[in-house]
Amino acid sequence: MPEITMVGALNAALRDALDEDPRVLVFGEDVGELGGVFRVTQGLQAAFGRDRVFDTPISESGIAGMCVGLAMAGWRPVAEMQFDGFSYPALDQVISHVAKYRERTRGRVGMPVTIRIPSFGGIRGKEHHGESPETYYVHTAGLKVVAPADPLDAYRLLRLAIADPDPVIVLEPKSRYWSKAEGELTTEGPGIGRARVLRDGSACALISYGAMVARCLEAAEALEAEGVPCAVVDLRSLSPLDVATLGEVVRSTGRAVVVHEAPLTLGLGAEVVARVVEEAFDHLEAPIRRVTGWDVPYPPASLEQVYLPSVERIARAVREVVAY
Amino acid sequence: MSAPETTDDGFPTLRCLAPDGTPVGDVEVGLDEEGLRALLRWMILARRLDRECMALQRQGELTVYPPFEGQEAAQVGSAAALGPRDMVFPSFRELAAAIVRGVDAVEYLQYHRGTWHGGPYDPLATGFAPICVPVATQLVHAVGWALGAKLDGSDACALAYFGDGAASEGDFHEAANLAAVFRAPVILFCQNNGWAISVPSRAQFAAPIAARAPGYGMPGVRVDGNDVLAVYRATRQAVERARAGDGPSLIEALTYRIGPHTTADDPTRYRDEAEVERWRALDPIVRYRRFLEAVGVADAGFAAACEAEAEAWVGTVRAELVALGAPPASEVFDHVFAEPPATLRRQREEALGGA
Ligand SMILES: Cc1ncc(C[n+]2csc(CCOP(=O)(O)OP(=O)(O)O)c2C)c(N)n1
Ligand SMILES: [Mg+2]
Repeated sequence: MPEITMVGALNAALRDALDEDPRVLVFGEDVGELGGVFRVTQGLQAAFGRDRVFDTPISESGIAGMCVGLAMAGWRPVAEMQFDGFSYPALDQVISHVAKYRERTRGRVGMPVTIRIPSFGGIRGKEHHGESPETYYVHTAGLKVVAPADPLDAYRLLRLAIADPDPVIVLEPKSRYWSKAEGELTTEGPGIGRARVLRDGSACALISYGAMVARCLEAAEALEAEGVPCAVVDLRSLSPLDVATLGEVVRSTGRAVVVHEAPLTLGLGAEVVARVVEEAFDHLEAPIRRVTGWDVPYPPASLEQVYLPSVERIARAVREVVAY
Repeated sequence: MSAPETTDDGFPTLRCLAPDGTPVGDVEVGLDEEGLRALLRWMILARRLDRECMALQRQGELTVYPPFEGQEAAQVGSAAALGPRDMVFPSFRELAAAIVRGVDAVEYLQYHRGTWHGGPYDPLATGFAPICVPVATQLVHAVGWALGAKLDGSDACALAYFGDGAASEGDFHEAANLAAVFRAPVILFCQNNGWAISVPSRAQFAAPIAARAPGYGMPGVRVDGNDVLAVYRATRQAVERARAGDGPSLIEALTYRIGPHTTADDPTRYRDEAEVERWRALDPIVRYRRFLEAVGVADAGFAAACEAEAEAWVGTVRAELVALGAPPASEVFDHVFAEPPATLRRQREEALGGA
């Protein structure tokens, strides 16, 4: 089986969705002839035509707003925001309409809308190209939010997002776009709303998502060598959260460290810690630690590693929690 | 006045010089000979710097760089029409305008070196707002600044640059309407360079951008953006209008992005080399130089001297730029608030180990 990159897997997911469902439309800025600035939509316009895969003017609010109308007209829009930092002009449409239409119409008009957003940092990008916008979306009732950590799960999550009857925000970790995996592309396996335990370990649970999953796995490897076996949980579904799996894992480890790139304050870690405390309070043997970005704007390229949780910071937090 | 080769939509395009440098309109734009020569000098300096930046990026000294080759006249002609107390609100491709305003090139380029965000130079001292990447968002800032100047009774004006792609954003509409409603002394200056990354302007809008202006209640002028005199004249008229209290103007300069969108872009994926060649033949520097030499305002020695000056200058810029070290880690924390809250001070200590 050939290796596939995350870009390749996402491209395959779009291709298969376009192929299977004639109501699927793919659009956004530069997604047509160019194939997207990250090439996720490469070749799709040539394969499916300009009616189903098309460029839009630079109008993020319009892109999200058109999703609402297209969904009402019976289409299944899959829109791309070119970058995390450029998804903000669309927030009004996403928060006020995409998220709320089903409820406002008492279930008569659903929003089977997928919005893909290349997200997070780690690519030495300029400002507005390294944002972690998940809290804005997770905090908005009516949206589902997913963030894949590897190519095969990226395929699965994007297919499931497109098939979902409700709006799903897909936050694609651009620093993992060129990571590779080998295996079958399938929608079988954990659905939206389920976390995955990628590694078992009794000393501490590392809970993360997106690009930081790889760093957690690296930290777990190093800690294993020190005799500190860690479990690694990939949340994948940021909303809804898989509270049951979180509870189960932390009841067995008694200790947990949550890792994300987003700033500490009101980052997803805050919700994860609250849920874990509710689910596993009696089993906790140490305070839960969060290793996150600092409460600052995402820094310029030469300073981004000061900001991003490093393997060393993750390992240090685990050691402290274990030594508590 | 004659229309450039690129448009057949019937909307007039202001032009002073034909592509071969012969006058086709009134070339009396209110500049003395020194002022006329200065435009050529700036364009030569700008192009040389732009090419150096491309080289610096390829050599790993800049992260990503958005070149402006082909747009020198649009930027130099417009920036030169402003006064020292006016304020420019750029997008991200206006390095030529920045140097005309007196922004230090090394400070500006720290942005592209990845050592600091939008405004490592002082925006207030230079009259040049921070580089603005979220497309079209700077337009409303310019309206706000202009309104503030008006409320102060000053005759200063603001000029905001934006691209053909930016004209598709809601912020463009809001800026134009706000400017007109408040009669703000602001110039909305569009560099229509034919492309927004891979999307050609014909797929971006269905009528000339300049034609929108009357709908907002302001004059709209389209100029040949590769004709520095036409750009200067149109901007100068808009500036005078703003200073006189007559409110905003919209200018659309037709030009062309000769290079890639940025160094991360491969334009061969979406456009023909033949199109690029057509525009190379309309080079703004060649055109203007021919004109100056024909009317005897500059001789060949002048251009050669500018080129020599440019060569020496970019050498200094390069040397200073590559000598820049990484900024200290504390920078991440030190400019967020006037007075950092205790929670942030604690994070700073944790990150820097008490440094
Ligand atoms: C709000 C927003 N959306 C998308 C982008 C990504 N982007 C950067 S430049 C660009 C094209 C801009 O085209 P144009 O306005 O014509 O300016 P040009 O690049 O030609 O100078 C796009 C889509 C962005 N920076 N901001
Ligand atoms: Mg453009």
